[in-house]
Amino acid sequence: MESLLANFLAKYNYWAYIGLVMIGMYAMIAKRNLVKKIIGMNIVQTAVILFYVSIAAKKGKTIPIIAHGHEDTGHHAVQALDYISPLPHVLMLTAIVVSVATLGVALALAIKVYRQYGTLEEDEIAMRIEEQ
Amino acid sequence: MSAHFPGLVIIIPLVAAFLILIGALLDRRLAFPLTALALLGSLLTAIGLLGKVIQTGVVEYHLAGWAPPVGIAYRVDHLNALVLVAVATVAFVNLMGTRELVKGLFEDRLGPFYTLYILLIAGLQGIVVTGDAFNLYVLLEIAALTGYALVGMSEGRAPLSSLNYIFIGTVGASLYLLGVGYLYLVTGTLNMADLAVRLPALYPSKVVVSAFVICLVGLCIKMGFFPMHAWLPNAYSHAPDPVSSLVAPLVTKVMIYVMIRMMLFVFTPAFAFDQMAISEPMVWLAIAAIVAGSFMALSTRRLKRMLTYIIVAEVGYMVGGFWLGNRLGISGAILHIVNDAIMTLCVFLSAAAIISKVGSDAIDDMQGLFKKMPVTMGVFVVAGLSIIGVPPTCGFFSKWYLISGAVAAGQYGFMAALLLSSLINLVLFFRIFEIAYFEPFHDHHGDHGHFVSAVQEAPFEMLVTLVVTAVLLFALGIYAGDIVSQIIDHAIPVGIT
Amino acid sequence: MDTLISVKPLIAVLVSLLAIPLIGFSRSPNVREGWTFLAAVIKFALVASMLPAVLHGKEIICQVVEVLPGLSLAFRVDAFGMLFALVASFLWIITSAYSIGYMRGLDEHAQTRYFCFFAVSLSAAIGVAFSANLLTMYLFYEMLSLATYPLVTHHQDEEARTSGRKYLLYTVGASIGLVLPAMLVTYHFTGNLDFSPQGVLAGTASRGTVALLLFMFVFGFAKAAVMPLHSWLPAAMVAPTPVSALLHAVAVVKVGVFSIVRVITGIFGTDMLQAFDLSTPLLFVASTTILVGSFIALSQDNLKRMLAFSTIAQLSYIVLGAAMLSPKGVTGGMVHIAMHAFGKITLFFCAGAIFVATGKKNISEMTGIGRRMPVTMTAFFIGALSIIGMPPCGGFLSKWTLVLGALEADQIAILAVLLFSSLLNAAYFMPVVYRAFFCPPEDALFEARVQEAPLFCVVPLAITAVISLVLLVYPQPFMQLAVMSAAKVTGL
Repeated sequence: MESLLANFLAKYNYWAYIGLVMIGMYAMIAKRNLVKKIIGMNIVQTAVILFYVSIAAKKGKTIPIIAHGHEDTGHHAVQALDYISPLPHVLMLTAIVVSVATLGVALALAIKVYRQYGTLEEDEIAMRIEEQ
Repeated sequence: MSAHFPGLVIIIPLVAAFLILIGALLDRRLAFPLTALALLGSLLTAIGLLGKVIQTGVVEYHLAGWAPPVGIAYRVDHLNALVLVAVATVAFVNLMGTRELVKGLFEDRLGPFYTLYILLIAGLQGIVVTGDAFNLYVLLEIAALTGYALVGMSEGRAPLSSLNYIFIGTVGASLYLLGVGYLYLVTGTLNMADLAVRLPALYPSKVVVSAFVICLVGLCIKMGFFPMHAWLPNAYSHAPDPVSSLVAPLVTKVMIYVMIRMMLFVFTPAFAFDQMAISEPMVWLAIAAIVAGSFMALSTRRLKRMLTYIIVAEVGYMVGGFWLGNRLGISGAILHIVNDAIMTLCVFLSAAAIISKVGSDAIDDMQGLFKKMPVTMGVFVVAGLSIIGVPPTCGFFSKWYLISGAVAAGQYGFMAALLLSSLINLVLFFRIFEIAYFEPFHDHHGDHGHFVSAVQEAPFEMLVTLVVTAVLLFALGIYAGDIVSQIIDHAIPVGIT
Repeated sequence: MDTLISVKPLIAVLVSLLAIPLIGFSRSPNVREGWTFLAAVIKFALVASMLPAVLHGKEIICQVVEVLPGLSLAFRVDAFGMLFALVASFLWIITSAYSIGYMRGLDEHAQTRYFCFFAVSLSAAIGVAFSANLLTMYLFYEMLSLATYPLVTHHQDEEARTSGRKYLLYTVGASIGLVLPAMLVTYHFTGNLDFSPQGVLAGTASRGTVALLLFMFVFGFAKAAVMPLHSWLPAAMVAPTPVSALLHAVAVVKVGVFSIVRVITGIFGTDMLQAFDLSTPLLFVASTTILVGSFIALSQDNLKRMLAFSTIAQLSYIVLGAAMLSPKGVTGGMVHIAMHAFGKITLFFCAGAIFVATGKKNISEMTGIGRRMPVTMTAFFIGALSIIGMPPCGGFLSKWTLVLGALEADQIAILAVLLFSSLLNAAYFMPVVYRAFFCPPEDALFEARVQEAPLFCVVPLAITAVISLVLLVYPQPFMQLAVMSAAKVTGL
């Protein structure tokens, strides 16, 4: 029990992202409203982004900006260990753009659906389709 | 020039996308020729690349001159050169064939349509050539987003289907991204070749196992592999006809390519086939996909919907063939990627021609079509025969490899599923042929009609493309032996027997 | 074994395919039939031009393209293939003439389509005859199934549709469901599907596997109408009579038995089947088909249906001959392909001629028809004698050889089957002849005035009837070809 808790606390970032993915998935599966589903989808994407960002972190280290780099060169070399990894952040910049674009397309389609059926509730849309 | 081919296959369509958008603002009529030019360019580049790969082996290309693992590497070997040519061919042929249809459907939106069209191709070609796992994700999303938009462009149920497609597709892509994240976590690299070098030492790690499973599930969702296929029939059957004939042949096939790439060249066969021991369940899932897809196809009386269910079954062919894990099966899967791309293109294009004339996609409305559209129906028959697997069309030869692989692996269930699906395809297509041939019934005397007058064919350029695809089906069949021995044999790692 | 390399087999196969655009785009029916004739004559000439070489024991090979590793689309002309190709290509000429009389006589629709698909079917049949390996044979076999579909369903009505379904389901269904997997498994064992005199499968598989494969092939080639996969044949009789005549007495069904015999001799090899003692079950299946088919024929009133059941029974003679695995038996089976073809096509031609001239399809309505159509009914009599196996017709020769084969193989039961079946054949054919010629004048349904079918119908059937007679006295080159190939495949 003890170790489980310790395990949980030591890797809380993973549990957080797993929790977020679950929440997002739940929304996409269980909610009948299209906008809520879109929100769920976005939560899933964000959770993955957070996962990436969190794995870059190192305890007690700083952001990877080398201040006064040119003046210090003679004294001590730049130690990668002193900085958190910049690469996942860079990757996630792209992923954020992707998720925003996805959100945009999804919302645009939702508007189109709304114009057509006058509702965003899935069961009502299903009824409309039946009627046609 | 030829040194830049791997970059050009993406850069040409990407740059063209902007030009088309701007050009179409000036004059709408510019959109088509610009797209055609760009796609022709990328087709020629792809063919050039394939020739080069056959002659000299693997082509490496470092984007902007940065060497991997820092920079993004594009690596073209026999496998992706072949798939690349298939993608570029389908894109170009479909573009030529659907010009009139697109004009009719999207008269006022030609610029956006062709921009999306070419971006989709840029994404797909990028997925095929890239050697970087994260870059692949980005290109995957480019292809997917343009795909969603294209599917959602038409009226009716398309926007809703496209929205559902987004939900499921995003989950799939996110899972893939997550898997790649796990790999990055343990190896610190995203370059595929680099990953393949560093991973073997880490195979016992649970992180690698998780990454494998998550990636595979994500890709299975994206390729519409049973039981994660639910989005596919709606999205493909409700999409506008010129879009269906583009995405249906390409998107699932490219995803299968990604799976093969990841399994063979990132995780290596030793891990994927031997250590994970999921070949057996995957083959059984593929059997389920084939059987379920075939029966679902039987249960519908709408042409496009039936064809989409056939795609679900065909995905089962390829996934199952790959997971047989022997050379024959994998050859069959790769060959079928190419063959099925052309087959699906052919059958969807003729369906588009038929639907545009008949005005409905119910197969009961196809009466008398052999008289009305003899050329289109002729091509449709050829495509149907290829899907059934009648020699010498190409469908037979990939099926031959797949079944040989099944026999060699002792997977008689898979063999039975393939045969069953052939028989069901026979029923499916002859059901349509019967309606088009026999109805409306008429008395058989008197009517001298061998010089039919009431021909109402599809537009000329469509007919030409249809005939070209039909000829391609035969050509691919007759040269199947060469394709396998010259290209596919080199694409599969030597360790696999 | 001497071999010659030549593209002649390929051209012989393709010539009728190449004629299709010419047939299809002809401006007038006369030009169209002209092309058909020309293609048929060229085809026959090409086939015949290879005959001397084959009779000298040479084989003509032609490899087209290697489609799979170790597997090519390839042709090889040997004695057995030559036999079948000669019969099929010669009868195409005759049938073309007959078709003109029949189709114009009945004013049928879509004649261009009819002639086009006829040409495709002939290409496929010759393709099967000349195939060098199982893959090539399968290719042409499927092509034949599909090309004959529009011919079988020519009338495009409800009945044609039902029969067409049955036809496709049986022939294509069985070939995909049984032949294809059997072929792949064979390929898996041998890595080679070439037909060779003692088979390729020997020594690679156990008895159980061989037995399973054998029956997958025998039933899978459903065109041979081995029971229980026979019922497509009577159903396919909805086709116009020339189609029934050429395809369902010669090309299609013979392609079925040809394939079976080829597979038995070229893939399995007689020695292996003998060693595994698989001849008995095959003989049993074939004998059952012969007897049951003949019994059903007895009960038919529709003339074409009766002929169809008679065909089912006669086809199994050929399978029976091959299954005896003895030189005489195999010879008899092979030569029966030719004998039965000439006899049965005469009968079908007669049935068609009667239909054209009088519109009658049922035997019960043909009382006294012999007085009105003496030539036709005389030809019918000759054809019937040939099928029964009585002198002075060619059928006697093949049955005689089969009987000798049964004695040689020590199969007394088979001897009994052969003789009893001949009795049955007589029992269903002779009443027709009797009714036509010897009925009391007051019962006759027709006047005695001679009023034959069009000349284009009568001349072909007279020719085939005469050939049936001549074949007894001069059975060459068929007999020699059959003896040669039987000697080769049995190794004696």
